[in-house]
Amino acid sequence: MEYVISVLLSGISVGGQYALIAIGYTLVYGILRLINFAHGDVFMVAGLLGIYLTATMPVYVSIPLVILITVFLGFIIERAAYRPLRSAPRMSVMISAIGVSYLLQNTATYVTGGQPMTYPVIPFLSSTVNVAGTQTKWVVILTPILVLVLVYALNMLINKTKVGMAMRAVSKDFETSRLMGIRINAIISVTFVIGSALAAVGSVLFFTNYPAITPMAGAMPGLKAFVAAVFGGIGSIPGAVIGAFIIGICETIIKGLPSAWDVSVFSDAFTFALLIVILIFKPQGLFGEAATDKV
Amino acid sequence: MEQKKNISRIFIGFAILFLIVILLENLSSFIPGLPQVFQPTSPLFTVLKKAAVYSLVAVSMNLLNGFTGLFSLGQAGFMLLGAYTYAILMVPSDQKEQVYYLFGGCAFNFSLLDMFGGIFGKTGVGGAISMIISCLIALILAGAVAGFFAYLIGIPVLRLKSDYLAIATLGFAEILRAIFQWQKLGKITNGANMIKGFPTFSSFNITNASGATILRLSTFVPFLVSSVCILIIVLLINSSYGRAFKSIRDDEIAAEAMGISLFKHKMLSFVISSFFAGVGGALFAMYVANAQAKAFTSVMTYEILLIVVIGGVGSVSGSVIATFLYVACSEWWLRFLDSEQYIGGFKVPLLRNGFRMVVFSVVIMVIVLFFSQGIMGGNEINIGAFLKKISSKSERKR
Amino acid sequence: MRKIFALVLSSVMAVSLMACGGAAGTDGGSSASGDTIRIGVFEPSTGDSASGGKKEILGMQFANSETPSVEVGGKTYKVELVMADNGSSADKAPSAASELVGKNVSLVLGSYGSGVSMAGGPKFDEAGLAAIGVTCTNPNVTAGNDYYFRICFLDNFQADVLANFAIDKFSAKKAYCLGENGNEYDQGLVVFFKQVFEAAGGEVIADSFPTNNSDFTSYLNKAKSEGADVIFTPVSIAYAKQIMEQAASLDIGIPFLGSDTLDDNMVLEATKGTNLQLYVSTFYQEGGSETFDKGVKGYINSNPDALAANGGNDTISAVTAMGYDAYYVALEAIKAAGSADKGAIKAAIPSVKYDGVSGSIAFDSIGDAVRDTAYIKTADTSTGSWAFEKVQSGSSK
Repeated sequence: MEYVISVLLSGISVGGQYALIAIGYTLVYGILRLINFAHGDVFMVAGLLGIYLTATMPVYVSIPLVILITVFLGFIIERAAYRPLRSAPRMSVMISAIGVSYLLQNTATYVTGGQPMTYPVIPFLSSTVNVAGTQTKWVVILTPILVLVLVYALNMLINKTKVGMAMRAVSKDFETSRLMGIRINAIISVTFVIGSALAAVGSVLFFTNYPAITPMAGAMPGLKAFVAAVFGGIGSIPGAVIGAFIIGICETIIKGLPSAWDVSVFSDAFTFALLIVILIFKPQGLFGEAATDKV
Repeated sequence: MEQKKNISRIFIGFAILFLIVILLENLSSFIPGLPQVFQPTSPLFTVLKKAAVYSLVAVSMNLLNGFTGLFSLGQAGFMLLGAYTYAILMVPSDQKEQVYYLFGGCAFNFSLLDMFGGIFGKTGVGGAISMIISCLIALILAGAVAGFFAYLIGIPVLRLKSDYLAIATLGFAEILRAIFQWQKLGKITNGANMIKGFPTFSSFNITNASGATILRLSTFVPFLVSSVCILIIVLLINSSYGRAFKSIRDDEIAAEAMGISLFKHKMLSFVISSFFAGVGGALFAMYVANAQAKAFTSVMTYEILLIVVIGGVGSVSGSVIATFLYVACSEWWLRFLDSEQYIGGFKVPLLRNGFRMVVFSVVIMVIVLFFSQGIMGGNEINIGAFLKKISSKSERKR
Repeated sequence: MRKIFALVLSSVMAVSLMACGGAAGTDGGSSASGDTIRIGVFEPSTGDSASGGKKEILGMQFANSETPSVEVGGKTYKVELVMADNGSSADKAPSAASELVGKNVSLVLGSYGSGVSMAGGPKFDEAGLAAIGVTCTNPNVTAGNDYYFRICFLDNFQADVLANFAIDKFSAKKAYCLGENGNEYDQGLVVFFKQVFEAAGGEVIADSFPTNNSDFTSYLNKAKSEGADVIFTPVSIAYAKQIMEQAASLDIGIPFLGSDTLDDNMVLEATKGTNLQLYVSTFYQEGGSETFDKGVKGYINSNPDALAANGGNDTISAVTAMGYDAYYVALEAIKAAGSADKGAIKAAIPSVKYDGVSGSIAFDSIGDAVRDTAYIKTADTSTGSWAFEKVQSGSSK
């Protein structure tokens, strides 16, 4: 029983962290129809920033600063690497995204010298707590709560504000919304800003729990978050969050299956298998709107 | 008539290329005291071998991405299949015990090399024949296995469009890698361990009875195999199938309206591309002298994709040129960026380990953003026409 | 127009780089003829194994700073270390190896990590250049390659030692083994450990995690719920660090056994201030040679680059000691050969005997070092340092 609880707990926390990244994917994909391969690496860079900034200043200054710089990074990436290709074929933009991801990883290798870096201990979040006989960190319990709060706020933003309305309009029809006087470029920038901010928050939670950062640390969570976004239905925020939790929990359950079966190595493979099955049988995902031109 | 002439010119062009490659590699045995670059062990030949292998993979990816408009990121997975097929088939039976030492031998105790060795003999000319035949068959089988899996994967996946197809094929490559690394299959795949001991490019060097090398062919072999494969791809692109591929790329709906079966042609392109990726994977295994699933990650696919983009999406000769430039830069010319350099007494700042890759990725971004056509755009260098120009010039001089 | 510009630009780049490459090639052309002997260092300084590779290089650099010259045939030669980064990956290793061959080195040291050694090995073999593996422990590195030697023990020996230690010290009946999927080092050790441990009547649960995994709590909880007496984790440094950190927050209470890779500052740091029990088998224990300890600490502390390479403190890793010994073995081989000729050096290596800081080194017929003991040390969690546990030998054969 204790064991089941411990597996579920880590599943929920992993899912929560995927959710924060997945929202960034789903927002960007909803508007630009672009798989932003660099998003996972932005997440990794936010982690590294957290290490370098916390080394020189107190936590309550450094974390907001991390979020600010990450937002700026996301903004710059969109400006420099995606905006010039707005009228280019979709494949070129995706290649540009892969290029950015390559650049971020190589730069991180250069800066860190390829050594795994240790994420600083953040007071309270890192301290342990006992849940039904299982030791865990506070961050594990706080992650899902924080995710729900953020998703609620985001939903309000998208459904109740003017910017949100514009975002919805752009994702429905690019050209028509431009004709309606919506400043497309500004809206896309806002999307990247929101996505990056959530990735930064996600990085704080993720790396507090799993405190080692390597230059490749963002790639796998990034891809899985994308799968979660597809699973939940691209463009749908609640869908992405639920997809992320399902994938996180499934993954930890597979890892936790008896070793005699020796299937735990397929926890990553499972995610991709799930993706393919979804794409074939329910391409619009769990909560996505059926659209003929998407798949 | 003109076309026939053109084809014969192309053959002459390739013959000249091969001759140059063989000459270059053996130059040091005729003329002693050449600079280091021409010694057979210099990085020049390592780069040439790797680039020859990668150019085949890049062209096969270009067939899919550039000519058919299917954005697939499964190349590393198909290379993995090819590499393992080749390796498993070619390790001599008496070495399997040592190679599969963790699993107490291989479940698949058969080796093409031994089979043909039994027919033609294992040494001398017979050994050479059995090696060439078994290598050829293994390469073809490597491609066939990759093509077969591509067919299976293609049935569900090819319905998807653009980026969904990309992510699905990427996922398949990751799943394949996990399966090949699984310890439970160790009797076949050697689990996490690498398979080694099969013939590599160096095995094609001709040695005399005492074991000294007379004629080096280790660079020529990958050039030959890659050239033949690329030539086949070019012929395919220029055939009616190739025109169908291009029409699918340019406008699916119009192509379908013209009576082109979308699924059939997409599948054809996917299987053929994977076949050559599999052959490329087998060549890659020969190049690194081992087969290990760890090497075939998505990073490898991205590298090949970037090569295709640099060369120009939809240009075979562009892909080939880009491969040679890319491999030479990343593995040889830019290495000096990784260590401290002094110009006079001045220490160049920033240079230390990892800087090479940073510079490299910046260059790639610049190409992607500002020269999105790549080196060649959609154009080709026509070897036949090139030779014609040269010959007509010399004729005019006469 | 743009295309022409791109073409011109790229060709200019190509030509200029060709010039660079050519220049680098030619100045490497005449090495042994001058007053220097070049020793190639084939190590990863980027990629997964960068951390270990850099520490190994550190040992060689320190040895080089200590003894920068060698006397051969009455003439004193300066010894120069030539670095090539094999990027921790098998597909970059062949070109790094041929880079060294191209620079006309007399012999090669390295690498940290067996996979890259096996990938680079054939290049050395072809070039007739001897390579001395420092800490590549996989049996297949030297088997089938005449030109590869090594000064460290092998995986099967190491696993044997640790299995025996688990039985002797903890009277363990059940062991949980965790390795990275697809990593020949991890999986090889797990298989050997299993053989020995099960032969002694124990039970082994073997598990693997996928590459780039970061959540280990599920695995650790599994070990706990299955009632393991020891956890054997022969993983690379980055994973070891994460496993330790997550085990600490889980309050796991089961002792950990690690292989030589876990003998690293970063892993040690992760155990500091926790109640983890970590035992590792290794090549060298700090305090084994006081002059070496003092010297290498001085070297690390006086050089900021070296300090960074060592992870920011001056704890001595076993691989540094091994790198140090490897350098001296190389010098011995050069002296024994009586020249800087690579063929002569290769012929001389099998007969080299050297008493290094990590013990005495001699080679057997395959080219492996003859070693029958390993050091076991434990992490002292209150001070954050290694404490010597015992010298353990394998099962008697």
